[in-house]
Amino acid sequence: MLSAESLKKIDYELTKYPADQKQSAVMSALAIAQDEKGWLTTETMDFVAEYLDMPSIAVYEVATFYTMYNLQPIGKYKITVCTNLPCALSGANEAVAHFREKLGIGFNETTTDGKFTLKEGECMGACGDAPVLLVNNKRMCSFMSNDKIDQLLEDLSK
Amino acid sequence: MINFEIDGKPVSVPKNGTVMDGANQLGIYIPHFCYHKKLSIAANCRMCLVQVEKAPKPLPACATPAMEGMKVFTHSGQAVTAQKGVMEFLLINHPLDCPICDQGGECQLQDLAVGYGASSSRYTEAKRVVANKNLGPLISTDMTRCIHCTRCVRFGQEIAGIMELGMVGRGEHSEILAFVGKTVDSELSGNVIDLCPVGALVSKPFRYSARTWELSRRKSISPHCGLGSNLIVQIKQNRVMRVLPRENEEINECWLSDKDRFSYEGLNSEERLTKPMIKQGGVWQECDWQTALEFVANGLKDVKEKYGAESIGALGSAHSTLEELYLLQKLVRGLGSESVDHRVRQSDFRADSQMQGAPWLGMPIAEISQLKSLLVIGSTLRKDHPLLAHRIRQAVKHGAELNVINPIDDDLLTKVRNRAIVAPDKMISMLAEVLKAIAELKGVEIPDDAKNALSTVSASDTARAMAISLSDNKPAAIFIGNLAQHHPRYTDICKLAQHIAQISDIRFGVLGEAANSVGAYIAGAVPFDNRFGNRNADIAGDRHGGQGANASQMLGMDDAASGTGCKAYILLNLEPELDCYNTQRAVRTLAAADLVVMMSAYKSHAAIQDNYADVLLPIAPFTETSGTFISTEGRVQGFNGVVAPLGETRPAWKVLRVLGNILQLDGFDYETSEQVRADVLPAGNDVSAWLNSSLGSLAVNPIEAGKENKGSVGLQRIGEVPIYQADLIVRRAESLQRTRDAAAPLAWMPGSLMAQLGLQTEEVIRLKQGEGEVQLPVAQDDKLPANCIRVASAHPSTAALGGMFDQITVEKS
Amino acid sequence: MNQPAQILLDGLNPSDPNDWRLKNYEQREGYAALRKILSEKIPPEKVIEEVKKSALRGRGGAGFPTGLKWSFMPKQYEGDKYLVCNSDEGEPGTFKDRDIMRYNPHMLIEGMLIGAYAMGIKAGYNYVHGEIWDVYERMEEAVDEARAAGYLGDNILDSDFSFQLYNHHGYGAYICGEETALLESLEGKKGQPRFKPPFPASFGLYGKPTTINNTETFASVPWIIRHGGDKFLQLGKPNNGGTKIFSVSGHVNKPGNYEVPLGTPFAALLEMAGGMRGGRKLKGCIPGGSSMPVLPGDVMMQTDMDYDSIAKAGSFLGSGAVIIMDDTTCMVRALERLSYFYYEESCGQCTPCREGTGWLYRIVHRIETGKGRMEDLDLLNNLADNIQGRTICALGDAAAMPVRAMIQHFRDEFAYHVEHKKCLV
Repeated sequence: MLSAESLKKIDYELTKYPADQKQSAVMSALAIAQDEKGWLTTETMDFVAEYLDMPSIAVYEVATFYTMYNLQPIGKYKITVCTNLPCALSGANEAVAHFREKLGIGFNETTTDGKFTLKEGECMGACGDAPVLLVNNKRMCSFMSNDKIDQLLEDLSK
Repeated sequence: MINFEIDGKPVSVPKNGTVMDGANQLGIYIPHFCYHKKLSIAANCRMCLVQVEKAPKPLPACATPAMEGMKVFTHSGQAVTAQKGVMEFLLINHPLDCPICDQGGECQLQDLAVGYGASSSRYTEAKRVVANKNLGPLISTDMTRCIHCTRCVRFGQEIAGIMELGMVGRGEHSEILAFVGKTVDSELSGNVIDLCPVGALVSKPFRYSARTWELSRRKSISPHCGLGSNLIVQIKQNRVMRVLPRENEEINECWLSDKDRFSYEGLNSEERLTKPMIKQGGVWQECDWQTALEFVANGLKDVKEKYGAESIGALGSAHSTLEELYLLQKLVRGLGSESVDHRVRQSDFRADSQMQGAPWLGMPIAEISQLKSLLVIGSTLRKDHPLLAHRIRQAVKHGAELNVINPIDDDLLTKVRNRAIVAPDKMISMLAEVLKAIAELKGVEIPDDAKNALSTVSASDTARAMAISLSDNKPAAIFIGNLAQHHPRYTDICKLAQHIAQISDIRFGVLGEAANSVGAYIAGAVPFDNRFGNRNADIAGDRHGGQGANASQMLGMDDAASGTGCKAYILLNLEPELDCYNTQRAVRTLAAADLVVMMSAYKSHAAIQDNYADVLLPIAPFTETSGTFISTEGRVQGFNGVVAPLGETRPAWKVLRVLGNILQLDGFDYETSEQVRADVLPAGNDVSAWLNSSLGSLAVNPIEAGKENKGSVGLQRIGEVPIYQADLIVRRAESLQRTRDAAAPLAWMPGSLMAQLGLQTEEVIRLKQGEGEVQLPVAQDDKLPANCIRVASAHPSTAALGGMFDQITVEKS
Repeated sequence: MNQPAQILLDGLNPSDPNDWRLKNYEQREGYAALRKILSEKIPPEKVIEEVKKSALRGRGGAGFPTGLKWSFMPKQYEGDKYLVCNSDEGEPGTFKDRDIMRYNPHMLIEGMLIGAYAMGIKAGYNYVHGEIWDVYERMEEAVDEARAAGYLGDNILDSDFSFQLYNHHGYGAYICGEETALLESLEGKKGQPRFKPPFPASFGLYGKPTTINNTETFASVPWIIRHGGDKFLQLGKPNNGGTKIFSVSGHVNKPGNYEVPLGTPFAALLEMAGGMRGGRKLKGCIPGGSSMPVLPGDVMMQTDMDYDSIAKAGSFLGSGAVIIMDDTTCMVRALERLSYFYYEESCGQCTPCREGTGWLYRIVHRIETGKGRMEDLDLLNNLADNIQGRTICALGDAAAMPVRAMIQHFRDEFAYHVEHKKCLV
């Protein structure tokens, strides 16, 4: 269900918690599974549940509670832009407008070529670098002026 | 104890007690939704906010620990403002569909909205709509009504032992649901309907069939498992519409199993027999009672004259009442036969002469929760005794160690400390090992009657671990489950268990399979003189002191008795093609008799089609007659009929009384069922003196050379009784029959056996026992012991097979 | 970042990609405090005493005295106890812990080690905000370094003190910054706050006694041990000891983190941050993260940056996130965005918050989009009353306080929106 490499990562996460608290690794296990699969299917969540000896509904509760899990297929690059107040005061809305125009999509939409999905994000804890955005949950981009957005899209489109 | 004040009234609660506990004690009602006395505290609904002196803000009564000297105000301005504020929030997204909501009339939200809600809403935004979920055939959903109290989620986690529902998403988008594509399959699931304070989770079978205020409430007792759950049966126009728990802390608490709750659908089944029927010239015809009873009386007289009284036999189900079973045996004994029995699924009767009393739980049900260690032998606890399993689950949660010897490793939804999942014939040796280990541990001799049998046994690590668990953790108990009672070496199991219990000084009990398993013994529905009954002279006079044929002998199920049987049978509340140890032989034996009288609430297909019956007498199910069940803990519980008998149905005790009269037997002058009961039970109805699961001196058979091992060792059948096939009523409960637990039997076997036999999953194979065969798909269960095939009994699709735990052969088809 | 009296960011060179490493930290007197404690065998109670003396208050937002919190942990407890660092920094406007972790991760590790020593704890977790993956990775690397150097693990520096530290990565839930929600999340569940009592000190992670502190709080501890609690206290002012990082965002020329002694005038802080962008007028400021009440610019300009002064002015120091808004800011729109945030981030557990945050947002949204009614303003205040103080955790309060403060200080602007169906600015 998951690659050996992913399982190895999950096993490493499991070493962080007491042996009878495997459930503690569910967030990282889901994140690792998502990294491999792109999004979390029912089967993937079921697999994680079994792997960690949890009820599948408890895994589903976690997957639906934390916003960085993808419960639907998404584009190759998920771009999450923070629009919370501090970012909005420093150009986040303009950045979003620029994305909408460049990609022709709104929030929670994916470009027809399946490349980009645009998401609205909440505070990423980097308000001093506003506007900030995340690419696929892991890569944070700061001070995203229109020029930098153009550059980013160009790099990702390669 | 902590002393404090609520609304000026002094109260004291134990340490760790809450404000809510104090209020409950004082009878002060604090509005609440998420709080439930049997569930963990969630404190999420915020309805129970109260004012506490010196606290800057209102506090939830359910989660606020009582403190010495604290002053609580439940109706002060601050408290009421907070409660009204919460009520407004609860209502803004709750639909105004009370007129079409099944919960209407018994809705906590509706009730509290009257007291705390405003007459109009300040909320002018759009209301939330939540998609409904398919939770299976028992629970219907209207999730827009959900107020997110999470009682249903906590019930699954904490009581049912399986988390099937969760609250997913977050914030306003949170919703209660089961995992994608799953339903709620717990055998206790229906309790969430009671727990749901609004109409989000309602009964699917009951849905839209009545308004709650149209229903009358009548008390009753569950006729299913041995627990004796207390019921409220709700009726409308002489029809049972719904069953709810009647709270009894010592028995079912506030819960019911789904079987107890939803089986009422079987009472309204189209298969109900409403007129007597006689087969004449091979054709079934309805007739009046007079004709039917005369036919029966004449038939019995004929058989008695022709073959002697001992060729008359009677078999009654232990789901029948004490009065019914008493009159059944009285009738047969009055005719001069001792052949009467209720143990139709039992296969080993070696202990009959050594029984000391009616086998029972060995302790009060409520005390199970206090056990610190248990050994359960041969039981699928959850399915056989759902609420007893819940008690054990709670005990385990509080540290008890559960040890299991069983051929099936189904998830018991609780932690199992030591388990021995062994083939049925190996259960004896496993138990012998535990006895050996406990004797070694305690430094005592193996009792004489087991010495020989145990001479070659040495204790395994598992057996030793079980022995230590039982001896180190008190109080402890050993329970013999249904499967062990059906086991071909039930006597040895009992005897070994009894020794283990005696040596380790712990409780020993037999889990009552049916509502009246204990009562059936006390009623005398056994073919031997019931000495333990310590009866008064009148009752002793009913007995002839002889030894009649037991169920196995009567039905030709015993190898030794094969081909024999009675010439006339009275069957009470039984479907022999489903209810016997060896259904194949039972049906064949009955078909060869001159007269088979079936007293039943149902027109059983098999009785008519397989042609073994001659007369069908429509008798009342438990809701249509008064009667008594004696539960597995020896509790005598009488009940009245809650509706009038359907059609020309009559209570079985009345039918038997009239039959006794027609046959001119003495002592059939009863006018009420209470009079019958008074004949059976001592004054005060205390039967404790007659309860005893122990056997007298009786040698344990050699461990490895039991009767099931005769000849070559082949494949063993594990033929357990599925939860929703156990009795006549539940078999006809339509909604229960659509649950996963009611799925058609499969031929379950371990992968190793499949490989050996060259079988694939889902491949249809032929299974043979004796002269019968059935075809079933193969299913894999690697937790089954080697060389075992699990093929459920008590199901039409396997009725053609033989003994529940006998050898079975497999052929590719 | 080169003023005197810096503790957390002192001597750091963010342009050096290796400045965070163990070697560099040791050159900045790193792990000296731990060494001192272990080599001098300073008794745990002495350590707690020192922290108490410093008047260090929780830097996560609540400002609870750290030494006092540490003293709540049961001392004679058989079995596991846990230490948890709350690095789930997601309060809008706050971005200080990220800098501590990426530039000075060992200072956090050392702080946790000292805390663990003081409370007799053998295992700890650092819960890192989901959106800062690179920082999580850095923490992982730093923990590895510390372990390899014998600062973490069994028999640390050959003493009989052992401590294991692990990083746990969040995945997008503001509520996990609430300490009991964080514990639930660490246990692999939804981040739903627990009701208290019981408090984490008696029933925390996995039901065991647990102490949770913010990243900045832990990171302040090594300095306190090295220089003494008194010295730390003297850096700030009474009851407000030490320095504090203020994260300045919004309409300033140089948004960023500024570590200053507590009690520094707001005006000075604003100047450090380069002053108002475009020289515009300060209209309002949220001085402690988005959950705290907004203050009008003129009030703010008279206020000092410490717990007590800001409380006196009518708000809270909170997490030290200073959100600056100039006179081009539409306060209705600002509140709409904040209300949306709390509505989205409510965990859904308690009725008032689950139902109330959505209601608040919808009303503010109506006002912003020209569909407001004058009575909405009182309704908003009343709903805020019905949410605040009625929920398990403080998210309800966090959603209510901005609403009330915005209407209190900028009522005219809201009224203008209702009346003219458009913005004043």
